Amino acid sequence: MMADFIAWVLVVVIAAYACGGGTDYGAGFWDLLAGGAERGKRPRWLIDHAMAPVWEVNNVWLIFVFVIMWTGFPTMFQAVFEAMWLPLALAAVGLVLRGAGFALRKPSRRLAQRRLYGAAFAIASLVTPFFLGAALGGIASGRVEVGTTASAHAWANPTSVITGLLVIAASAFLGAVYLCSDARRFGEDRLVDYFRLRALLAFAAIVVLALIALPVTHDDARYVWEGLTRGLGLLMVVLAAVCGLATALLLVRRSYGWTRYTSAASVALTVGAWGFAQRPYVLPTTLTVADAAGAAHTLRWLAFVTVVAVVLVGPALVLLYRLDTLGRLEPLTDADTQASGASETDG
Amino acid sequence: MLGSVTYLADTPPQLLPARELMAFTLGSHILLVPFGVALPFITLLMHYRGLRRNDAVALKLARRWSAVMAVQFAIGVVTGTVLSFELGLLWPGMLGRWGDVFGLGFGVEAWAFFLEAVLIAVYLYGWRRLKPWTHFWLGAPLPLAALLGAFGIIAANSWMNTPQGFGLDAQGEPTDVDVRQAIFTPMFGPQYWHFAVAMFMTAGYVVAGVYAVGWLRGRRDRYHRLGFTVPFTVAAILTPIQFMIGDATARAVFHKQPIKFAAMEIVWKTDTHVPEYLFGRLNSDGTISGGIKIPQLDSILAGFKPSTKVTGLTSVPASDRPTAVQATIAHWAFDIMVTVGSLLILLALWYGWCWLRRRDLPHSKWFFRSAAVAGAACLVTVECGWITTEVGRQPWIVYNRMRVSEAVTDTGAGALWAMLGLVMAVYLMVFAAFLAIILKMRTRWRIADETPTAGGAGDPEADTPYGPRAEHGPAPTGASPRGGPDRHGDGAP
Repeated sequence: MMADFIAWVLVVVIAAYACGGGTDYGAGFWDLLAGGAERGKRPRWLIDHAMAPVWEVNNVWLIFVFVIMWTGFPTMFQAVFEAMWLPLALAAVGLVLRGAGFALRKPSRRLAQRRLYGAAFAIASLVTPFFLGAALGGIASGRVEVGTTASAHAWANPTSVITGLLVIAASAFLGAVYLCSDARRFGEDRLVDYFRLRALLAFAAIVVLALIALPVTHDDARYVWEGLTRGLGLLMVVLAAVCGLATALLLVRRSYGWTRYTSAASVALTVGAWGFAQRPYVLPTTLTVADAAGAAHTLRWLAFVTVVAVVLVGPALVLLYRLDTLGRLEPLTDADTQASGASETDG
Repeated sequence: MLGSVTYLADTPPQLLPARELMAFTLGSHILLVPFGVALPFITLLMHYRGLRRNDAVALKLARRWSAVMAVQFAIGVVTGTVLSFELGLLWPGMLGRWGDVFGLGFGVEAWAFFLEAVLIAVYLYGWRRLKPWTHFWLGAPLPLAALLGAFGIIAANSWMNTPQGFGLDAQGEPTDVDVRQAIFTPMFGPQYWHFAVAMFMTAGYVVAGVYAVGWLRGRRDRYHRLGFTVPFTVAAILTPIQFMIGDATARAVFHKQPIKFAAMEIVWKTDTHVPEYLFGRLNSDGTISGGIKIPQLDSILAGFKPSTKVTGLTSVPASDRPTAVQATIAHWAFDIMVTVGSLLILLALWYGWCWLRRRDLPHSKWFFRSAAVAGAACLVTVECGWITTEVGRQPWIVYNRMRVSEAVTDTGAGALWAMLGLVMAVYLMVFAAFLAIILKMRTRWRIADETPTAGGAGDPEADTPYGPRAEHGPAPTGASPRGGPDRHGDGAP
């Protein structure tokens, strides 16, 4: 019972990371495709300013995923990290390059340096979610068991590849939808259209990938495939599709008020659908939630810590997103810190 | 030496690279931790002073420290995330077996860190458009969140030193977990306070050191005076406190982890009237080369009288204790830490004496020279403290319960060495770039301060501390609050 609750907390946190981190990776994806220094100036400016206050918070979700895994389901954590060694190690390197590249690009002023840091940020934004998605796909297709040793088979397989690509497409979609709203907030009308087009393209890519995924995963990830096509799993998939379609429709009609919520809901519901489809397993079809669960006493405390944290962190998080969307958060400029060279055009 | 070679022979080949990788990444990350934990506090202190006394110089300092914090915190986030990956990538055996016993500390840390990340984002990006006091009070819980985060990490680490709060079933798997016992282990209290105070001291001395250098180069304005005094005072007050906590911590190690204490003090045989060695090297036959020997002192330090019995390394089999080389490393790390700590006490006393007598900073150049290196010395001390506790626990990852070699991943040594090379290259670049950017910021601020008419940076009085600026009046181009993309040349990737 408590183990099920913690398992659902894990799914919710993964969903939160998919939305928060996903938006972030998506912004990096569009940074990568923004073109040369001159052409990509405006979108990159927007990406920098929209992401800066929230990117660290968006990425902290991943740490919770790990903490809940090793505290709540230690055997599952061990099995996943042993089997998925390479993709997870590469994702970790990618996270460093991404975060450092983004953080260092803003304060550096020489074009060559900005190029280098920006490239690290943008390329890592593509690679990191792919490997995380590939690891997830390997788990969903039942390739991780307790005792599986690291091998390419675990993550270089049809389901892993398609999941990795879907994760990239979904984050590109989220990123574009959010940047659309941010462009409106910053009064950049041309960028609104720029990202609107990209959001619709990303949505099309998701649809195409999902259609390819259906036959590909049918035999490869049988258990989860069946869970997604019946019962509550199917219901969540349908709801996710409805939310995704609603986002696309709203974008087409240029009504942006709700797009952020509907797009995030579609991603979160997809993660939820995977959660339903994989029941009762944490590692289909060999390790159930009940078998993987850690000590009952610890799980109770983990639940307690989670509730306290939600009470503490929840309001702070709402405050941050609210201040951010109200445009109350701005980086310190050279004038604020009274740095020299504020008059010369940077870059 | 021979002993360590034969010992290494029966360990899996991936152990060494795994250990080096963990050591390298944690050793790098730990250099940023003092600033993640304590720089917000020091900045808030300066910020408070600026608001309370309407002090433009203090506000300028607080704003500049915020700008540094923004970059430093980001690098800390990514290097910290790597560590949580590595717990699984390098030591899956430890978390697979013990995760549900001691993992909860990380849970507390993760949520506390989340809170810190949220608040720091609001604080760093709130300077321009939030109301001054609202902004300050939104940042005020930051030090508490940081201390709570440290609580979680130290709870986990001290559990590894003195594991408890569980029983073992017939297969040797942990059962009957008692979370409260597992968090508040015997070493938790000493380790926590020792660590927390070290973080504030280090951040204080490092920040003050920056202004000490400026002072030595003749920049003796109020800006440098304030930038030096506030962080230095914080650190100087904590220094004698830390000395006492450190002493108590060493004694806690003596009681709770006698073998680690034996390694720290290179005690070979259990005995009374044990001498203290300052530095020196332990040979694998138990003899000690070099070092300064002080008769009786180790027993006196451990138990206040020469007849105190100190457990020696040989009280346990060679396979259950650190090797002679490891003991020497832990011993040197410990001695360097104690030496630096003692020197810092002298520095703090010097400062306190001048302050009490004349309400002024010491005039001596040697004081500022010492203050300038105190920050670097503190960072060395932080590394030493961590080396002492980790190397002194070898060969155990969980003291007396699990060996490091049992916890290590099955991944081949080749892959781990390759990963170590990659990570070292990436970290080297990231830290070099980070330093370069901080130094560049400093240079630009200094140039602006020296030439008040240069660029958009006028004298402090011309700028209102808060609120939108430059929308009226002479707008410094490229720095207007709502600067559009046309003015911000972000031409990259």
